Amino acid sequence: MTQILITVTINGREETKHVEPRLLLSDFIRHDLGLTGTHVGCEHGVCGACTILFNGEAVRSCLMLAVQANGQTLETVESLGTPDNMHPLQQAFHEAHALQCGYCTPGFLMTLKPWLKENPNPNDHEIREALSGNLCRCTGYQHIVDAVKKTTDLRQQTTD
Amino acid sequence: MKPAPFEYRAPDTLQEALTLLAENGFDAKLLAGGQSLIPVMNFRLAQPGVIIDLNRVSGLDQIDVLSDGQVSIGAMVRQATLEKSDLIRTRLPLLHQTIPFIAHPQIRNRGTIGGSLAHADPAAELPVISVALQAQFKLQNQSGERLVGAESFYKALFETELGEDEILTEVIFPATPTRTGYAFHELARRHGDYAQAGAAAVITLDEAGRCQNARLIYLNVGDIPMSASQAADMLTGNQLNDSLIEAAARHAADHEIEPGGDVHASAAYKRHLAFVLGKRAIYQARTAAQQLS
Ligand SMILES: Cc1cc2nc3c(=O)[nH]c(=O)nc-3n(C[C@H](O)[C@H](O)[C@H](O)COP(=O)(O)OP(=O)(O)OC[C@H]3O[C@@H](n4cnc5c(N)ncnc54)[C@H](O)[C@@H]3O)c2cc1C
Ligand code: FES
Ligand code: FES
Repeated sequence: MTQILITVTINGREETKHVEPRLLLSDFIRHDLGLTGTHVGCEHGVCGACTILFNGEAVRSCLMLAVQANGQTLETVESLGTPDNMHPLQQAFHEAHALQCGYCTPGFLMTLKPWLKENPNPNDHEIREALSGNLCRCTGYQHIVDAVKKTTDLRQQTTD
Repeated sequence: MKPAPFEYRAPDTLQEALTLLAENGFDAKLLAGGQSLIPVMNFRLAQPGVIIDLNRVSGLDQIDVLSDGQVSIGAMVRQATLEKSDLIRTRLPLLHQTIPFIAHPQIRNRGTIGGSLAHADPAAELPVISVALQAQFKLQNQSGERLVGAESFYKALFETELGEDEILTEVIFPATPTRTGYAFHELARRHGDYAQAGAAAVITLDEAGRCQNARLIYLNVGDIPMSASQAADMLTGNQLNDSLIEAAARHAADHEIEPGGDVHASAAYKRHLAFVLGKRAIYQARTAAQQLS
């Protein structure tokens, strides 16, 4: 099968690889680039575990082809923080017990990052709307909503 | 789950895309947002030999107001772009208020208006709205273009007027008439899921407050967007009081839809939903039109 040469900017780094056209973006990120923080749950767009940022917007990486990312900018959960220096969202998830097994967490975080920029002071209903496309089988969601509120409260305190 | 192998083409111009489509015919599939196509390829329910990616084609992502107040929307305009557009909010309120019912934000960031209309899922919102608003679809092939009304575009389950060599390039919505109210209601098990049933109503009142024109279109209670023209005729020319609205919604649900049952909802339940949602939609559209009068 013919391979196509693509270059992507991912988490600030340039990567150039040969890919088969049928390679899903989620598999490219995980298998070819070794960034296994992006999870794959359903591969048909339902669970949200594979959410990444494509040119700054949250998208399902299982519903895109790697070749479509040629020349584009991607961000995955690895771009957020490190265990010693967590991103405020990660810190809030940690403190509010917003994860148990953690399988869904990267998708939630990448969904929330751009959304909170556009919606800095959301109410409960808006938070639940924004997260409607991400499934979590462990937490029951309440603690995830709490974590989002914690992030926005923290932010308000620092800007007050 | 992986798609079967295919050849990938990403043309820059519409002409190139049309040529590729003409050359490859039945074996080719157009890729727009991929939010319906990639899942069926992942399941290998579709195994196209050639993918023609429209995402790099220029000129398909404009929203324009034409001189006569019509709104033209390019086929590759993303659902999320429509949702955020002030122009759509003010000029096409029904379209604006329906977008949040489509899937989830991440899916609307990729999914396009043209992809949804061409895909022709009877449970999809955009086909219903385009029939309700009497949109025209521009279909282009190598030899030219034609305009097809939304209502005649949908022919059978997942079957449309689109020829094998045609691309839907533009959707044209007529200017909003005066004294007109709109409403859309649906019921889904979980917000963002495909709905079990839904109803769109467009009501225009005359100066005396009587119904001058009505359109009632139903979602997911038939193979295509179901137009209840007899119920709409019952409303036209009359004051829209409670008993008339109820009778029209009843007639539509009993005689003008063809719901099939599925694991989530029996046909009888869908008829019930269509009645309730249709009634609500007519009420709300009437009230909105009264407020504008
Ligand atoms: C989890 C999930 C939930 C969803 N829920 C909903 C929902 O509640 N309501 C809803 O309406 N939709 C829903 N969708 C579908 C979504 O709205 C899709 O975006 C839409 O159906 C297809 O648009 P697309 O741009 O992604 O098209 P694609 O998937 O790229 O294409 C769909 C089909 O249309 C053809 N096509 C695309 N563009 C053109 C064109 N310009 N001319 C001719 N043919 C073309 C393609 O060849 C393909 O056959 C959901 C999807 C997912 C994954
Ligand atoms: S793996 Fe992509 S949405 Fe589930
Ligand atoms: S924490 Fe286990 S799925 Fe969400």
